[in-house]
Amino acid sequence: MEFFRGPAPQLFIGAGVSALMGRVTLALVPAIAVLVWLFGNGVLVQLVIASVAALAAEALCLWLRDRPLASSLGDGSALLSGWLLAVSVPPLLPGWMTALGTVFAIVVGKQLYGGLGHNPFNPAMVGYTVLLVSFPLAMSRWTPPGSEIALPEAARIILGGAGIPDAYSGATPLDALRGARQQGLAPPRELLGWLGGRGWQWVNLAFLAGGLWLVRTRTAAWQIPAAMLGSLAGLALLARLLDSGRFQDPLFHLFSGATMLGAFFIATDPVSASTTPRGRLIYGAGIGALVWLIRSLGGYPDGVAFAVLLMNITVPILDSHTRPRVYGR
Amino acid sequence: MWPFSRFRRPPDPGFPGGLRLADHKRESTARPVRPVALPAELVLALSQHRGAPARPLVAVGQAVAKGQLLARAEGAISAPLHAPSSGTVVALEDRPLAHPSGLRGSCLVIATDGQERWGPLPEPWPDYRQRPAAQLRQRLHGAGIVGLGGAAFPTAVKLHPVPHRAPQLLIVNGAECEPYISCDDMLMRTRPGEIVEGTAILCHGLGVAQALIAVEDNKPEAAAALAAALAAGHWPGLEMELHIIPTRYPSGGERQLIQLLTGREVPGGGLPADIGVVCQNVATAAAARDAVLTGRPLISRYVTVTGEGVAEPQVREVLLGTPVNQLIQQCGGYRDTARQLLMGGPMMGFPLAHDRVPVVKSCNCLLVHAAAPAAQPASPCIRCGACHEVCPVGLLPQQLYWHAQARELERARDYQLFDCIECGCCASVCPSRIPLVQYYRFAKTELWQQQREQRQAALARDRHQARQARLAREQAEHAARLQRKKAALAAAPATPAPAVGVSSGEDRQAAIRAARQRARQRKAARAGTGPGTDD
Repeated sequence: MEFFRGPAPQLFIGAGVSALMGRVTLALVPAIAVLVWLFGNGVLVQLVIASVAALAAEALCLWLRDRPLASSLGDGSALLSGWLLAVSVPPLLPGWMTALGTVFAIVVGKQLYGGLGHNPFNPAMVGYTVLLVSFPLAMSRWTPPGSEIALPEAARIILGGAGIPDAYSGATPLDALRGARQQGLAPPRELLGWLGGRGWQWVNLAFLAGGLWLVRTRTAAWQIPAAMLGSLAGLALLARLLDSGRFQDPLFHLFSGATMLGAFFIATDPVSASTTPRGRLIYGAGIGALVWLIRSLGGYPDGVAFAVLLMNITVPILDSHTRPRVYGR
Repeated sequence: MWPFSRFRRPPDPGFPGGLRLADHKRESTARPVRPVALPAELVLALSQHRGAPARPLVAVGQAVAKGQLLARAEGAISAPLHAPSSGTVVALEDRPLAHPSGLRGSCLVIATDGQERWGPLPEPWPDYRQRPAAQLRQRLHGAGIVGLGGAAFPTAVKLHPVPHRAPQLLIVNGAECEPYISCDDMLMRTRPGEIVEGTAILCHGLGVAQALIAVEDNKPEAAAALAAALAAGHWPGLEMELHIIPTRYPSGGERQLIQLLTGREVPGGGLPADIGVVCQNVATAAAARDAVLTGRPLISRYVTVTGEGVAEPQVREVLLGTPVNQLIQQCGGYRDTARQLLMGGPMMGFPLAHDRVPVVKSCNCLLVHAAAPAAQPASPCIRCGACHEVCPVGLLPQQLYWHAQARELERARDYQLFDCIECGCCASVCPSRIPLVQYYRFAKTELWQQQREQRQAALARDRHQARQARLAREQAEHAARLQRKKAALAAAPATPAPAVGVSSGEDRQAAIRAARQRARQRKAARAGTGPGTDD
């Protein structure tokens, strides 16, 4: 009798790519629930738009590149990029902007480099940055926490093209802080919660919960979030000790803005992150430091996207200079 | 120096990485070990060890006795081959062999006569302790003993002392860390005393006083049997210890086992002997015992026949050269679900296209899988780094993969490609299911090929340069000779010295006459003795 001849090893353990992507997507669910609770149903509409745009862009590119559709779409990576962008943008951002950002993320951020595994930059953050520099006003108009927006209302606003009504927009805590700092005023107390930014602390706690599960299941490398949060908190503490009037405390930084999303979901994207254990520590620490710098001294309210993209650039060098010691060498 | 260096190693002592795998040993350890019925034909590959193939000493048609030397070792690294049973040599020809590429190779074929008639064997050496180590090594070499853990490296060569470093420790490897394989387990259960005796013999052949026998903690019966055998014997001047090690693949890898037991690492590119350690498999130790205490050469071994595709998984004692299909038939045959046949275990074994190949010295396992896994094609690498986390050598398998794929072979070498032990941990955890080890083998083969070509090119270049140098030298000598002659001629008219060998005209005439005289005499002499006549 003749036998099948596949190469050794013949024993596979651990999750496949689609299972890994699925886990990350699943880990977003607690944060999505909190986002809906705080900012209304707009988030759900954004998720739908981003999903459709991501899958359509991915399918188009695969078709143009003459690659198998089913296996690549089925790996869940495009969907995950779409979701990550959807939870990053303001909940009532005009839908076409979300779609544009997603398509840019998939086409330019990922497929032009050769698709999954070949992109040097985090696709979702590429899309986010394009939106941020192209539509700075719309991208900074976040719904104030506690807004209740019904799904039809949210869909009407997002898809309507009339922009975000003033009633549904306000400054985020980080935005308000930046404004206050630039005008030399004291930070507005009413935007601060007991842990981080008001409302935003819950979002961050939810991302942290999902993220810890990812680390626990070894889906995400622990070094990156640990180093990023550590360096962010460390720098914040140092600055706070030097000038407590001017700088925010470490807890505020950890639980405001996109800190936890960035630490556990964005920076840990294996494709665009460093791959060696020490490289990951440096990579994460670099992101944390850049986030603190941009938030505290820069011109943007938050800096996670820029920090991640900037550290993406360093990955090849980090990888080749942090090679682990080999047995017997 | 580096602030994060304490994160470099997992807290678990032993070796980094590795996998805890379902061991699947129970399937094949439930039945007792029985010998396989004598097959009608034994097919003995001349190359079933590392090094040069053995050179046949018997002719087709010749009757051979059991244990008779069939082929002798050729060169420094090689092993002889003995008749596993009595019968007649019926062929010396190429037959399909157990090889990943389905290669054929030179084989001696014996038609067995069923009489199991032993030939004369070397005398047993119960007094081996009184014999010099070199003589003991010669005995092991003559018995055709090679590493039975799977590498099939000639044992006597491995016991040979290396310069600059006296051996201190013998490690006898009973880890058997690869799932499904259980032949060493059954050997330790059934022949523990012989393994211990063999260990003492190997110690003597190596000139060491200390030996560690390592067994993974998933084989309590084997460990208990060995412990009892160690306690029962008396080994003056020898310190032999049983070490139970945690079950973690690949703890039985030579370098990993050394690290696990001694905390030391074999230097990169070096040999265990460089740190005074030599590893031998438990089955090798038992075979050494047979060779020294009974004179019996290596003609059989324990083989695991297991997997979901086999009706009665078990360990059998198999004569070398037994066809795999007959062995499997005697284990109840295949189940209908059988899809894949591996020689070796699921991690490091290789697939066989068919079962009409003979059992060789290195064959520890025949694994019949029910379903062919990995039917889906590999997806792109997502750089997750899971491969590095499990690599027991601390390599960056992912970088090796990228460089091998891009044919940047020198970069792959720079990432210590040649330190890869091909244990397969990386590939088995790869979420993209990339056959990583295949890439490494490919890159290694390419580099070896390049090396060979470079060596040949260097040789050709040296030869060419030597020839050029010789031609230049000859030309120079010729020119110099010419120069001297010219100078002599130029000098001649100035001082007409009496020319050497050339004298006056009368002398010359006399010389010519004398020469003619001599020639005539010679001619006359030939005419007188020869049959023909001259004018």
